[in-house]
Amino acid sequence: MKGNALTRSIQLGVKSLLLHKLRSLLTSLGVLFGVSSVIAMLAIGEGASQAAQEQIKQLGSQNVILRSVKPPDNPSSDQESRVLSYGLTHDDYSRVVETFPWVRNAVALRQLQQEVRYQDRQARPRVLATEAGYQTTTGRLLYEGRFLTERDVDSIANVCVLGYEVARSLMPLESPIGKSVKVGAEYFRVVGTLLPRIPIGDDQPAAGAQVTGEVLIPISTGARWFGEMQVKLRAGSREMEEVQLHEIILQVDLPENVERTAAACREMLSRNHQEKDYEVVVPLELLARAEETKRIFNIVLGSIAGISLLVGGIGIMNVMLATVTERTREIGIRRALGAKQRHIVLQFLVETVVLSVGGGLAGIALGLAIPLGVEHFADMETLVEPTAPLLAFGISVSIGLLFGIYPAWRAAKMDPVEALRHE
Amino acid sequence: MAETTAKAVAELRDIRRTYVMGSTEVRALKGINVSFGAGEYWAIMGSSGSGKSTLLNILGGVDRPTSGEYVVNGHEISTLNDDELSEMRGREIGFIFQSFNLIPQLNMLENILVPVFYQDNPRPDANERAHMLAERLGLADRLDHRPNELSGGQQQRVAIARSLINDPPLLLADEATGNLDSQTTDEILKLFDELHNEGKTILLVTHEKEVGEHAERILHLKDGLIDGIVENHR
Repeated sequence: MKGNALTRSIQLGVKSLLLHKLRSLLTSLGVLFGVSSVIAMLAIGEGASQAAQEQIKQLGSQNVILRSVKPPDNPSSDQESRVLSYGLTHDDYSRVVETFPWVRNAVALRQLQQEVRYQDRQARPRVLATEAGYQTTTGRLLYEGRFLTERDVDSIANVCVLGYEVARSLMPLESPIGKSVKVGAEYFRVVGTLLPRIPIGDDQPAAGAQVTGEVLIPISTGARWFGEMQVKLRAGSREMEEVQLHEIILQVDLPENVERTAAACREMLSRNHQEKDYEVVVPLELLARAEETKRIFNIVLGSIAGISLLVGGIGIMNVMLATVTERTREIGIRRALGAKQRHIVLQFLVETVVLSVGGGLAGIALGLAIPLGVEHFADMETLVEPTAPLLAFGISVSIGLLFGIYPAWRAAKMDPVEALRHE
Repeated sequence: MAETTAKAVAELRDIRRTYVMGSTEVRALKGINVSFGAGEYWAIMGSSGSGKSTLLNILGGVDRPTSGEYVVNGHEISTLNDDELSEMRGREIGFIFQSFNLIPQLNMLENILVPVFYQDNPRPDANERAHMLAERLGLADRLDHRPNELSGGQQQRVAIARSLINDPPLLLADEATGNLDSQTTDEILKLFDELHNEGKTILLVTHEKEVGEHAERILHLKDGLIDGIVENHR
């Protein structure tokens, strides 16, 4: 009979709410938007941090990446020189390899600005001249064929490995293995293709781990055909850049040696470079920073969502207080007919909970739809954790209970005589 | 004062009720002693301000006296807490109001059943009983209607069915015919006569002499005191 009583209370509550459809709808909007913003913000925040972490992991958590950075324009020096020379050098590379015992693998990388053609098709991928170790340090997987080998590098072979997207765009219908593609003015034989990486947010130029659109050639071959000069056309003027190495990826033997290696590299580079034309990127540090950012993000989002839910709850309480006043006579009648205080409490509490849960369920639906829309229109990753709708549902029930208890208590505490006299 | 029957359904002993309004005290009832025997039919009459409403509220168990004892079917209400008093109201007393006091969002059948749901042990045959009462009061084809779709007389009959649903020994009617035309009034009064013949104790608060004459006895109230009890020899 007790369970029956609850069912009846819920039916009665729904009936009373349906009596004022517009009012009930408007009242539950507060919770609807609160809950949907909780879910949507969690999904967007989670998606963004997931993407960031994925990106960082692709850089390799045991890696330390040394990168050439164009130094800020210095008008006093280099003005007469037509060639801008900066960045990591071959000497840096050998020094790193020789000095640090923790470095298990060091891969040098050059990035070339060359067009790639196959028959009448052409692409402008990132052409990376690198070594055999590139595959293991960055964890790239082969789709077919093989990767560059040390022999390719030693023999200055005209071979290349195509990124998945480049292979698809140049040779959509045939296997690229064994075909010759033209990089710049030279022909290269395709020995392998790479699997695409999990698509991630924005491309960072010259990153060791590129999303799409790359062609890998042996570093020796790159040096032989394309040299170390690069001509950049910019706004009508020509600019020459000389960079020996764009990137050196160091793979450290143990995670605890990552920081030590990074510090030592910073120290060593600062001693050998007059300008700060390099940067040391430590994915592990980035990861920690990303986690911190995520934490702050969650606090901010949580506060915003909390405030909107609070406002929604107050809205419900406000309407329920008005409803209680409006239905004073009904309360008096029910009391005269034998209703106990707990029956009146239950009746009004059920109404608020039905309101807030109704708003909450609609909010969950909206909250699940928003991330889809964001993914579609803003091209952002979102991730709805399965706990998020549950959390939101729990929140809306609690809001109903929390903000409903006072109006319900007010209703129950009314003097039946006064209530009956109420017009 | 009144001749008492063997078993009293409701008994008032020196009931006083004082309201404090700001700094002044209003003494609405100044010591009421009366015993309503089982199966008796009383009218309570008096001008406004005589304490009629206060007495009715105390008899109905929605208000408590400031002092004195009120015993309903063996329960002295000052010993009951709010829950017990509510339970007692629903079980022992059937309320019939001047303005019907049906709940607008419920249909007739649901209105009739309201007092059942608040009982700790609801009678299992409540539904059949509701239909039986509706049949008897000529409401059987109106059970799914809302109060605002019915005439005053029909609404009052629904209210009577509601007061009878838990089969209480005591019926309290507060100006039950005050909002009805004379023909409907006659019908309702005839209904009370029937209920009286079936053994219900009926207390009818009214200010209309003709209505009061249907009862066996008339209790006159004046200034918070009993002004006299008149036997009606019908």
